[in-house]
Parts: sequence; C-alpha cells; structure tokens
Amino acid sequence: MFFVYSRRSKVAPQYDVIVVGSGAGGGMAAYQLSVQGLKVLLLEAGRDYDPVTETPMFQTPKDAPLRGGGNADKPFGFYDATVDGGWRVPGEPFTTAPGSQFSWWRSRMLGGRTNHWGRISLRMGPYDFKPKSRDGLGADWPMTYDTMAPYYDKTELLIGVYGGEDDLENTPRSSPGVLQPPPAARSYELLAKQACDPLEIPVIPAHRAVLTQRQDSARLPARLHPGNALAQRVLRQSMNERMACFYATDCGRGCSIKANFQSTTVLLPPAMATGNVTLITDAMVREVSIDAQGKASGVHYIDKLTRVDHHVTAKVVVLAASACETSRIMLNSRSTLFPNGIANSSGVVGKYLMDTVGAGLSAQIPRLEGLPPVNEDGTAGIHMYMPWWMYGEQKAGKMPFARGYHIEFGGGRGMPGPGIFGGLESFTQGAYGRKFKEEARRYYGSFMYFDGRGEMIPNEDSYCEIDPVAVDQWGIPVLRFHWKWSEHETQQAAHMHKTFAEIIDKMGGTVQGTVQTDGSKAIATGGSIIHEVGTVRMGSDPKTSVLNEFGQTWDVKNLFVTDGATFVSNADKNPTLSILALAWRSCDHLVAELKRGNL
Amino acid sequence: MRDDVNDHVQDELKSARHGIARRDALKAMAAAALVPMLPESAAAAPGAPVAREPLPLFEAPQAKRKGPRGTPSDPVLQVAKADWPNKLQLRELTTLAALCDMIIPADAKSVAASTVGAPAYINEWASRPGGDASLVRVRGGLVWLDRESNTRFGTRFHLATNAQRTAICDDICYLPKAKPEHQFAAQFFDTIRDQTATAFYTTPQGWKDLGYIGNVAMPKFDGPNAEIRRKIGLE
Repeated sequence: MFFVYSRRSKVAPQYDVIVVGSGAGGGMAAYQLSVQGLKVLLLEAGRDYDPVTETPMFQTPKDAPLRGGGNADKPFGFYDATVDGGWRVPGEPFTTAPGSQFSWWRSRMLGGRTNHWGRISLRMGPYDFKPKSRDGLGADWPMTYDTMAPYYDKTELLIGVYGGEDDLENTPRSSPGVLQPPPAARSYELLAKQACDPLEIPVIPAHRAVLTQRQDSARLPARLHPGNALAQRVLRQSMNERMACFYATDCGRGCSIKANFQSTTVLLPPAMATGNVTLITDAMVREVSIDAQGKASGVHYIDKLTRVDHHVTAKVVVLAASACETSRIMLNSRSTLFPNGIANSSGVVGKYLMDTVGAGLSAQIPRLEGLPPVNEDGTAGIHMYMPWWMYGEQKAGKMPFARGYHIEFGGGRGMPGPGIFGGLESFTQGAYGRKFKEEARRYYGSFMYFDGRGEMIPNEDSYCEIDPVAVDQWGIPVLRFHWKWSEHETQQAAHMHKTFAEIIDKMGGTVQGTVQTDGSKAIATGGSIIHEVGTVRMGSDPKTSVLNEFGQTWDVKNLFVTDGATFVSNADKNPTLSILALAWRSCDHLVAELKRGNL
Repeated sequence: MRDDVNDHVQDELKSARHGIARRDALKAMAAAALVPMLPESAAAAPGAPVAREPLPLFEAPQAKRKGPRGTPSDPVLQVAKADWPNKLQLRELTTLAALCDMIIPADAKSVAASTVGAPAYINEWASRPGGDASLVRVRGGLVWLDRESNTRFGTRFHLATNAQRTAICDDICYLPKAKPEHQFAAQFFDTIRDQTATAFYTTPQGWKDLGYIGNVAMPKFDGPNAEIRRKIGLE
C-alpha cells in the first residue's frame, strides 16, 4: 500500500537515515524521524501488507481450511496475521547448539510482529530499570524509570492503550488522562478476582493497546508534537482513520478498523503521509557497511524478488530488525576495524539473550457451567490481570527466586473453534450421542487458563552467534542459539503452578493436567513466549555494553538500535510498549545530534 | 544508490549472447516491467534460444507483491479454501457419516453432525499435508467399524440398527474402560469424536446450540448482567 519504487531513478537519493525493519522499533523510528523532517529509507524484509484490505474481520472457522486450526505454516491458526513466518520462515533457517532448545518466532511482512501480537502494554517500573542495584543480579539500565515515564505517557497517547488507575509497587500508573477507559470485566474475570482477594493477589484492569474510544485528534497531535505542524497534520489524519474497538474478532488477525496498535495502522500511515519516507519491501538486509572513518555508510540488502544484492547509503543507520535479527546483521558486518562484527568491541553483541518465563495451567470451573448466553468476546484479549505482588516477601528473603511474574488469564464463552471439547471425554466418561450434546452445553464456557509471564535474569549461557557453516537462501550466515535457564526461572515456573492451583482451588475448580513442583517441567521452551530481547544491550560502560542509553552504539556514533535487542533486563512486563517508548527517545536524541552535526 | 539494475542488465546481456544493443535492452526491460518474470536461469543460460518477446529481466515490485501470494505461509485469508485433494472414498465417507451422527445426532435443539458437513471436514483434516498418521487412524478405524458390525450383526455399520451401532460404540467410546482388544478402536473413536465436535461446533448451527452469540460488532461492552452475577455467586 505504501510502496514507493525509487530504484530506477538515475540519481541516487540522499537519505538522512536508513531504518532496517518496520515493526515496533522500526515503525516508531520511521514515524519519529520523518515527522521531524528527515529523509528516511525504510527497508522491510517481508512483503508489503495492508491490514485495511487484508484482515479477515468476522471470517469464521467454518470458512477456513481445517476450521481455522494451526499448522506448521500458520502455527497460530489460519486467520493469524503472520505472513511467511511463525516458528519457521521458508528458506531462512536457524540452528541451536547441542543441548540448547530455543524457538524463534519471526514474520516477513510490513509491520512485522506488531500485526499479530497480544497488545498487552505494561510499563516497566522503577525497580525494573535498576534490578542489579536491588538484588545484585543481571545488570542495571543506564536510565531510570523517571527518565522514561514521559516517553511511556507519550507512547500510550500515540498508540492508544486502555487500562486502570491503579498505582501499585513497581506497577506504575500512567499520568492522568493518558489511558483509555478499560473495558468491563467478564464474568470469569470477576470470579478470579473474588478468589484472589483472600489470597492477597491483586486483580486489576489490564493495559492493552486497543482503543475503547476514538482518539482526541483535535488535541493530542499538538500535545505530542508541540510546534511541529507537519507531525500534527499527519497524526491528526491518522487518528481520524482509527475507529474504537467494536468488541469482535480476534486482535491476532490484525484490525482493519485500526482499533488496536499495529505499526501498519498507527505508525507507518502517518510516516508515509509526511512524504519523507521511501519504503522498499522484500529487502533482506545482510550487512552494515562502514567507511574509511569507521562510520556506518549504509547497508547491503538482497532484493528478494530478483535475488540481487544492493547497497544503499545514508548519514545514519537505525537497526530494528527484531532483537536477534539485529544481532545477526551486526555480527555479519565484519571489517578490519570490526573483525567480530560492527560496533562489537565489547564482544557483547549476541550476548544476554532473554525470553519471558512462561508456565500455564488450565482449569474447569463448575460455577461457570450452564450459564445463559452472553457475549464475552470483548476486546479479544485480557481485560484484567494480576501484576506481581510479592515484592515484600522477596525483599525479606522468603522466596526461592529473584524477580516476579504477572498472570494473564482467560476462558469463558469465546468463539468455539477447532479442538473445542477435545478431552471432554474425561469429564463425561466417554459420552457420545445426545448425552454428548448435553454435556457440551453444560461445559461450554466453564474452562479457564492461567499463564504466568515472568522475568528471566540474563546469563552467560543464553546467547546467539553466527553459525560457522549454515546460510539461508539469501546466502546470509544464520544464527546459532545457546540457551539455559537458571534456578531463578525454573523455581519461578514452579511457583506459578502452585499459585494457579491455589486460585483454581479458591474458585472451586479442578486443575486440568499436572501441578508441577519441578519448575523445569513447567517452564516453556526459551523463545516460545516470543518476548526474546537483549543481545545488543544498553549500558553505562562501553566495555560491558554495546549501546548508550539512547540506543547509539558506543563504537559507531551514527549507528543506532531501536528494537528489543537494546534490553538490559527483561522484566515481566511484555516488551513492546517499552520498545516503542525507547525508540521514541532514541529518535529524539538522533535528530538532535544530527542537527548539531555530531553524526 | 548503486545502479545495480544496469550492472545486472549488462551481465545478463553478455551471457545471453543475443546482441541487442544496451539501450534497446533497457527499453525492453521497461516494457517488460509489468509482465511476469521468467526464472533468471532461463534468461541467462548460455546458448539459450533468442526470445521473440523482450526479455522480462525485471518486474516492478508493486506489480507482484501487493497482497498475499497464495502460498501455505501466505494464504489468501479472505477467500479461504483447502488446496489439497481429499483422500477418503465414498464408501468410507458413508461409514464415517453414520459414526459422526452417532456422536452428534439430531435432537430437539440442533441438527446432526453430517447435516453440517462433518464427514467432509474430517476428510479434509485426514487428507491434509503432513497428516499421514491421522489418515491411517481414520481409514483403519473405518475398516474396523464395518468389519466389527459385519461380524456381530452381518451388516455394515451404516446399515445396522441404532441399537446395534450403539452396542459397538459403547465398547469403544472411552479409552480408559475399553477392553484390550478395543484399544485401537477406542483411540479411533476418540479422534472422530474430537473432530466431529470441531466440525459441528464451528458452524452457525453449533454456535447456536451452545449459545455463542459473539462475533458481532457491539457499540459497547458490558460485564455480566445481574442474573449471571447471581448464578456464579458474585452477589
């Protein structure tokens, strides 16, 4: 939809900035840089994608192959927005070291993974920026929460986030008027809250990047971009094109009415409307080039349509290809100056790879059986959640693990899809016939799930590197992953199971499956929560980090990173909102430095 | 930006040995910009026959990459269809339909599974790429079912009486209680029950039966009403 074809022009265009990747980090960079007047070349490794015309809104499982169920090509179901991706990308393998297990979700499409994500948008809190100072583990971020808070506010206003006014320990509230009203809680969410109250587990409105009302296009653009007429104009237009959620169809399909946040509905349309962005899709970046002065001069990419290698130049290069893909590009950018990869004098590129600790349990809740019909689709995601609540116990040394987790939970009378009632025979002693139909009516809506999402502490054994042998179909050396959980993570996973069992018990329900006391049996495979971050971390010391607090590499001042690779730690807060806020701050710094002539 | 387009044309022209002047080739390239691209190897192969049409060396990406390409990892979501051949035969589908309707028969509230196409769905499912194990289980089970019915009652399963079919299903409907000689058949029954439920409860008829009333645009979202709050014990 945005394609601008410029390769045939006779004069090479002069770009201020090349942005690699169009997801959360790249989309935000393209937006912020273009509204501030810079000429941006945006490179995306996947195809062009238009959520307005392509999203299967309201399509039902009956009309899809296999009733919409997942397969190896579409692991999250037929209607999931992901293009050319999932746990494997055609022609683009990766490897894992012996003894390591790692899953890597990628997509190859404009907007990247922002097209299908869960939209859960939790701020990191004050503790999360200084974890090492609190418990001696991992590393501190080079900035504080107070520095980031204004960027969280602005990001939430820009993309639209619903949530409540709660202000809990390390679960900060947004400034007044920033969040959209949260949707009402569903019946099973209220039941969980009732059960959690005596357990002293808080159950509060979730924060998700979904509009519950239309954005105030008359006032917000001036608030977000004071004194910038171009930015205000394109943002006003973009906000006017976004509708509020109409409480139907799964967010994972994307959203043609632009009610939820995707880079392709929220960031790229205003960026393109500035006239300052040239977009090339199907452009697989393999390397950052440097000049004789040791500055980044541009990038090499392979045009996937012709399989021809190209080189494009700009004053500044911003990498936002997704955490590990950004590492891959940097590690593959070898020169006499940087034999171990560009800007990698510290040797830290690829190191300290993190995912989120995940463990889940399902339950059957008799009190939810046989209820009258009620539409519980809602915003097609969580309305309530449980933030981590045991900071006091941890501080007192009463917990067998550091750092916390939050709980996402769901269930109820959602859209019946493939696999519904699989396993029902264990409740009905193998019922079939009219009895089966009666049992289905009784049990429909009475199942729930609880998923823990916890912090992983970065360790020396979890990292990615260039595989010494394997290349992908573009001839680019691929990543090899190394992975190891520590006791902190496995103990945390066991604690999740214990907690879920307590909640389920309080609700009068029955756990389905096994409550694991051995956390290594409960914990999800590394990477499978799709919160992989780190590998090009920020820091205060060029010897132990790759980037300064603005995502600027210590070694190459005109090379920036604005995706999840920059993460120093991986708090239990889902990373996308922080990627967006950090990218905005990085771009402000980039523009200022470019204007000062420092890049 | 480097002029790769022209470099590339030069390479192609050299290897193709067909002697068109460079500027003509560029014109040809421009003219060919909107027609489908040939494999490069065909255009570049030394000694390849001289094409009568201009060599379509390049294609403007906007002509080709708008929207989905219809591959398994990038299917057309708006006009969905399974694109693999079904493998079950009519005889098998007849037996399967009878079993589906034993699992989900018509009752006062809704139709039977075969009425909403459960056998056709199970055929699609068992025939899917990579679904070989499912296909073996379904086909083996269907042969077993007819043979069992024939052994016990002298007739195929779908021609047996409801009481006769029930006698067989009772033996295989619950794996933990199935006799050792019925273990495979019970696994088969379990599979068909799961897939019949998927087939039935993903249709409008199935949704209505369960009382699923979503997937419609709503101006606002309300929490549970007083009746539901009372029933689940919130008040």
